[in-house]
Amino acid sequence: MAGHISLQYGSKQVDKKTAREPLLVRILLITVALAFLFLFLLLPLAAIFIKAFEQGIGLYIASITDPDAVSAIKLTLLVVVLTVPLNALFGITAAWAITKFEFKGKSLLVTLIDLPFAISPVIAGLVFVLLFSTHGLFGDFLFQHDIKILFAVPGIVLATLFVTFPFVARELIPLMQAQGSAEEEASLTLGANGWKTFWLVTLPNIKWGLLYGVILCNARAVGEFGAVSVVSGHIRGLTNTMPLHIEILYNEYQFSAAFAVASLMSILAIVTLILKNIVEWKSGQHG
Amino acid sequence: MRVKRWKKHSILPGFGLSLGFTTLYVSLLVLLPLAMIFVNTASMSWAGFWAAVTEPRVLASYRLSFGASFAAACINVVFGVLIAWVLVRYSFPGKRIIDGLVDLPFALPTAVAGIALTTLYTETGWVGQFLPFKVAFTPIGIIIALTFIGLPFVVRMVQPVLQNFDQETEEASAILGAGRLQTFWKVIVPEIIPAALTGFALAFARALGEYGSVVFIAGNMPMKTEITPLMIMTKLEQYDYEGATAIAAVMLIISFVLLLFINGVQWWTNRKYTHS
Repeated sequence: MAGHISLQYGSKQVDKKTAREPLLVRILLITVALAFLFLFLLLPLAAIFIKAFEQGIGLYIASITDPDAVSAIKLTLLVVVLTVPLNALFGITAAWAITKFEFKGKSLLVTLIDLPFAISPVIAGLVFVLLFSTHGLFGDFLFQHDIKILFAVPGIVLATLFVTFPFVARELIPLMQAQGSAEEEASLTLGANGWKTFWLVTLPNIKWGLLYGVILCNARAVGEFGAVSVVSGHIRGLTNTMPLHIEILYNEYQFSAAFAVASLMSILAIVTLILKNIVEWKSGQHG
Repeated sequence: MRVKRWKKHSILPGFGLSLGFTTLYVSLLVLLPLAMIFVNTASMSWAGFWAAVTEPRVLASYRLSFGASFAAACINVVFGVLIAWVLVRYSFPGKRIIDGLVDLPFALPTAVAGIALTTLYTETGWVGQFLPFKVAFTPIGIIIALTFIGLPFVVRMVQPVLQNFDQETEEASAILGAGRLQTFWKVIVPEIIPAALTGFALAFARALGEYGSVVFIAGNMPMKTEITPLMIMTKLEQYDYEGATAIAAVMLIISFVLLLFINGVQWWTNRKYTHS
């Protein structure tokens, strides 16, 4: 961690002292860094909670128990329950294929997995409009069979799957690469079958990395705004997730209600950060 | 056994199943949808495409998106390196909590960040009222939102490099007579440049595509404070799918170039380290 220097006397100490900044410079640097973080992180976070309770606790409770808010919370939970396990399963499978085997086209596959990170959420929503709108690729088919994807829950789930897709794979690939396959090979040599090896050897080894990826995936799935905004159609009580509900309240100048729902999401964000740090500490990795 | 020609032999099972599932999932969820952008763009006439992506309002949005993203990424490099430095090298009360808090922009939903920042920076807001110029609903507000969402990238790229940095090199530099500032520029800065550059590119790429945190603080005035992702959104709302797709194609190409740049920096760094 920080450059702790043991106190020694003699010539060596002088050398080490010259490799550090004067106290005044250190204090100045810490102050500037903290001031920046205060202005950009702490103040917005504090503002959310203060604004949420500005009009009293009664309105706060009314805002988060409003039927539209409750249905937004339910829809967000549904989206999370559907997307996170699927992307976790994908992450494990992709990491297994990529780290345990050598094959041609591997780096291309890794690049493709990273792709959704580099793409604007609005474009992530747009591609599903191009596929499923009435003029889209599957538009006629969906119309004839009376299946609604766009401006309905399936579209929201697909868009969220797209934007949260790399998180678990991104965490597992470097981790499993570093661990190698020696333990799995030993397990197979000793007579365990593939599934047993995976459950008893691989999974315990990657559980912290997996949890870390799931936490990040979950945070993004809950909070995704741009992509979901494109495909949702903003039908109140039906296709509004929590971030979309906040947008509507805010645009209707119901600021306290908007911040009340926002405060729920901020609590989740703080819990995410705490869990993330616990996992980082448990797995002994950092950064 | 034909598979084995392009795949090295391994005793581990599940290659076919895992690669098959991965490829199918990537193809259906990422490749096919993204291909739609280029398929739809290809069906447009060149003149129509060109007209759609060079409309004055769209051109203004590129200028704004690029300018604001670049400014925000620059702010993030300067303060990101400073924050990483302070977190790695110095100790102060609450350091552990602050370190954890740096990731807040990754965890906080963008819409929540957007309304919080807007509230702070309007003319009557906690911060806005003390500033002599307008922030919310101007490009400065957009830069602030983009700085917020890009903040963790540079810090998290530079932090591990500083942690693994051998302080004996600095001591050697000091013994050889270099001043502290000289050591910083000549010894430390070259070490953190690749990480800072990657962090810059990641923050820049994220800022270019960002939507949720910006739309609230931007005010979205045509020609003045409309970012490119908002232009796509506006075109979609007007059912101008062609226009939206054309702009999206331009943005996608820019994203690919940035991705190549990031990979290039990483390749260059790896090569540097394996050769030295």
